Amino acid sequence: MSLRGPLGRVLGRGSAKQGVHEWWLQRLTSIALVPLAVGFAVSLLTLPALDYATLVGWMRHGGTALGLVLFVLVAARHSQLGVRVVIEDYVHASGLKTLALVATNFAHVLAAAAAVFAILKVALGGHL
Amino acid sequence: MPERPLSPHLSVYKFKYTLATSILNRFAGLGLSLGFLLLVYWLVALAGGARAYAQARALLTLGIFKLVYVLLLAAFVYHLVAGVRHLIWDTGRGLERASVRRSAWVVATVSVVVTVIVAYWMLRPGAYAR
Repeated sequence: MSLRGPLGRVLGRGSAKQGVHEWWLQRLTSIALVPLAVGFAVSLLTLPALDYATLVGWMRHGGTALGLVLFVLVAARHSQLGVRVVIEDYVHASGLKTLALVATNFAHVLAAAAAVFAILKVALGGHL
Repeated sequence: MPERPLSPHLSVYKFKYTLATSILNRFAGLGLSLGFLLLVYWLVALAGGARAYAQARALLTLGIFKLVYVLLLAAFVYHLVAGVRHLIWDTGRGLERASVRRSAWVVATVSVVVTVIVAYWMLRPGAYAR
């Protein structure tokens, strides 16, 4: 039996003050995605054609590749945070929950890396 | 595991359109997460060169994908507009019952109008023919 009182037991054991980190990150990515996602959609949908040459030319244009990389990275993080909350809300079996969280986290990182690699390959590629 | 109430206990709520706008935002977000994979596939195909892109394009221009794109567009527009509503709520504004009701209608109207206009633009005759 401990001789420490209730106050002594809780002192110094407060929260790590990181509880809102992911909540805040979801908001930050939301704000960033407003211009990034709208910019991507408008830029893509106003292209005259969607053939290979047009798209390569589009992606080699100064801001396009940068905007695409930013969009893809921020969207992937935003998506990962959102999917995570949905899994945490609806998947209650702890083993399955962990498995789902690990799998979706891996999938998001893989998707983001593949997308960035693809954008840079086209944007920095040599011959057409 | 002891039987404890688990959140969110959907079954205890009376169905209201505030609940509908909230759950729809989740579904739209999940749909966009799947759409993101389609975007990655498209980008990777493009990086694979002209032939790889031509193959991917043959797949992505199948008729059924028109439906996919319109659904993704609707999810995109709804998630964007409803998301801005959430950001406004996060500042503590617009949470009274009357303004929540009003903003639900604004979100629904703006989403439908923008989706219809952009869908028409996307599917206009001869669009992206080349």
